[in-house]
Amino acid sequence: MDLARTEVAARRRAGAARLGLVAGPVAFFAVFFAYPVAAIVARGLKDGDGWHLGRITEVAASADVRHVLWFTTWQALASTALTLLIALPAAYVFARLDFPGKQVLRAVVTVPFVLPTVVVGTAFLALVGRGGLLDDLWGVRLDTTVWAILLAHVFFNYAVVVRTVGGLWAQLDPRQEEAARMLGASPFRAWRRVTLPALAPAVAAAALMVFLFTFTSFGVVQILGGPTFATLEVEIYRQTSQLFDLGTAAVLTLVQFAAVAAILAVHAATVRRRETALRLVDAAATARRPRGGGQWALLGGVLLTVPVLILLPLAVLVQRSFGDGGFGYYRALTREDGGTFLVPPIDAVGTSLTYALAATGIAVLIGGLAAAALARRDAGRLVRGFDALLMLPLGVSAVTVGFGFLIALDEPPLDLRSSWVLVPLAQALVGVPFVVRTMLPVLRAVDGRLREAAAVLGASPWRVWREVDLPLVRRALLVAAGFAFAVSLGEFGATVFIARPDNPTLPVAVARLLGRPGDMNYGQAMALSTILMIVCAVALLVLERLRTDRSGEF
Amino acid sequence: MLSLERATVRFGGRAVLDAVDLTVAEHEVVCVLGPSGSGKSTLLRTVAGLQPLDAGRVLLDGRDQTGVPAHRREVGLMFQDHQLFPQRDVAGNVAFGPRIRGASRGEQRARVAELLELVGLPGAGRRSVAALSGGEQQRVALARALAPRPRLLMLDEPLGQLDRSLRERLVVELRELFGRLGTTVLAVTHDQGEAFALADRVVVMRDGRIAQQGTPSEVWQRPADAFVARFLGFDNVVEATVAGDAADTPWGKLPVPAGSPQGTRPVLVRPAGVRLVAPGEGLRCTVAARTFKGTHVAVRLRPEGDAPPLEAACVLRDAPEAGERVGVEFDGADVVVLG
Repeated sequence: MDLARTEVAARRRAGAARLGLVAGPVAFFAVFFAYPVAAIVARGLKDGDGWHLGRITEVAASADVRHVLWFTTWQALASTALTLLIALPAAYVFARLDFPGKQVLRAVVTVPFVLPTVVVGTAFLALVGRGGLLDDLWGVRLDTTVWAILLAHVFFNYAVVVRTVGGLWAQLDPRQEEAARMLGASPFRAWRRVTLPALAPAVAAAALMVFLFTFTSFGVVQILGGPTFATLEVEIYRQTSQLFDLGTAAVLTLVQFAAVAAILAVHAATVRRRETALRLVDAAATARRPRGGGQWALLGGVLLTVPVLILLPLAVLVQRSFGDGGFGYYRALTREDGGTFLVPPIDAVGTSLTYALAATGIAVLIGGLAAAALARRDAGRLVRGFDALLMLPLGVSAVTVGFGFLIALDEPPLDLRSSWVLVPLAQALVGVPFVVRTMLPVLRAVDGRLREAAAVLGASPWRVWREVDLPLVRRALLVAAGFAFAVSLGEFGATVFIARPDNPTLPVAVARLLGRPGDMNYGQAMALSTILMIVCAVALLVLERLRTDRSGEF
Repeated sequence: MLSLERATVRFGGRAVLDAVDLTVAEHEVVCVLGPSGSGKSTLLRTVAGLQPLDAGRVLLDGRDQTGVPAHRREVGLMFQDHQLFPQRDVAGNVAFGPRIRGASRGEQRARVAELLELVGLPGAGRRSVAALSGGEQQRVALARALAPRPRLLMLDEPLGQLDRSLRERLVVELRELFGRLGTTVLAVTHDQGEAFALADRVVVMRDGRIAQQGTPSEVWQRPADAFVARFLGFDNVVEATVAGDAADTPWGKLPVPAGSPQGTRPVLVRPAGVRLVAPGEGLRCTVAARTFKGTHVAVRLRPEGDAPPLEAACVLRDAPEAGERVGVEFDGADVVVLG
């Protein structure tokens, strides 16, 4: 029948529109992620006469690799447990208690998450390392123990738990607990039976994110791990850049890839569970002034933890950057030293900002398109599978991506090796997941009938998007851009490979300075880290002002 | 003006709209009445172009709308929960349609003022929609739907979320407004009171099909079948054998109006037609419960034997107490033989 055919055609057009939205992100990921990673893995496992898959078992069976894998896993588990232990009470305090200065404190605890890992490593080095604050005061050095790494991981991921769990906690209807109390449950029982089950998926999701971040930790371990401790990522870097053993690096990449894919699969499942079936209320209405010894104790604990755990390392970093009380190290940054760099280190600030802005543009474009495609209610299974794939760059070895860029994108038709755009492209890969995660909940929350209302009033699909969607997601778009910017600014693993020697980014410059002996280099690293921290903190503070929806995942 | 020809929509094999034929004439107010899930909202969405048809077609002014997207159909739709644009103020919402259709700023402003006056919210243009009460939101939604001068205005549960007294007042206002403007209206509701008060013609839907249509009084007087009767709130419906002027029912032989259809069919007795008489006369019953309804008392009766319960309406003064034994006789004028 003719009519039926026209309707079918209309549906097909909708399908085509969806495909058009997905095509851009898919192409981007295929060319700038899958292809370089595949190329470098192939380079490692193949030579002239074919594949050497035997290498996989051979390398995986070696004691060294098993040792690295074991350390990577247990330090990630320990970091996750420690982070939950310290951050869950804080999640409660931020969600349910009302106290002066809460907004400021909330912003403060988020600072570490957007800080470049290199800065975090440097700050902890200044606190617990050789010649650090604790060394000066009591002769205590933790940089030779695993504690330095664990503490830095807690510092870095505290906000992940506070935001993910606390955000949901604040929106849980307290009347649910009250209903349980009226049915005869004690306060603790009511919490355990009603609130805890509702929170469990969020706790699981946060724990998995922390595990993922610490499992793939690079900058922190590179700086604090010394020769003793190495995660997979650090080992991949060592094998690639120092030992030139691409075969081992390829196998390690595959191992990490498999582990990360498993983590992400579990994460996707818990997130899906969280999205269903919870009755949420306005977060502003659920917080109360603390009452009773327990609540005051928790609040006191948080007010003590935050300065010690978060402010102290940053303060020491700033203090060390001033050396003997002057601006000597900062002045040194502006001088051409000819050794470490071909340019004055301060130039790295401009370079970093330029790259990060370009990376933000790319990430927002690609991530925005992907989120728009994923948010459509008629999104099929394939599109939803793509959702999980978008998270992969968070976990796949950034070092591998960086090196993959070098060997895969160096010949026509894509000869980008000498192009500056290579760095922003790599950084955008890490930014895209953040953009998608931030935009998606907001886009999904736009009531489809608002769009229908606009359509019935005469707005074409494009007009509907501009008049209804855009005003509602503008805020989320800015927040997403801010995250992408901070993440791009701090990206280290990939950038360290592809940034050209005469154009280092801030984290690369910091790492190089730290890699050289002498107080001057150390001091300059501290000074440069301080600058990087300030840039990130400013970006974050702008974000905090924009952010209204606190139930996002980061 | 509007006609649907064998309009069919299936969701996963189930027909939500099943070959519906419906016409709405110019200036007519038609109200589709039905329980939730009967397909009435889907009906509106197909006319608006928000829901594609699986078969059949929609014609507006005689023109086939197949393949015409929602934004080119020039019909208005007022959503169940209004769906005002949260980021715009009242004037921004009302001006949306004219603006999209390219009206100048001056025209927009004049139209907004005119419509806010019309819906009884003069000068409310700068107010935020979040600060409006339910009734005010409803008025703004109406103004917004009317602003682009749609050739057909559709209302989805227009008064659904408002409280009772407000609903009763607004329904009268709407009726008066549509009469004055000569708007062609297609509304859907599950509330029979709303439908009867608003409509020139009522269409009762059941499971995606039209069960009955007619003027409010026709539908009220002569429900087409047991479903419509029960949906309208009548409980005294039983299977009966009609022969001549009498129907044989579990309650005994009932008089029926002359000319009623014959044979085995459901019979409805309106509560007003159930007359209470002295115990011992007519059908013996026990009073199971009584409910005060303001203008009358609804008395629930349990007949002797296994006949189904009966509902009677009587004035407060005559209402028996629960547990009392009474006799029941039936008034033929309030007995309806259903199809």
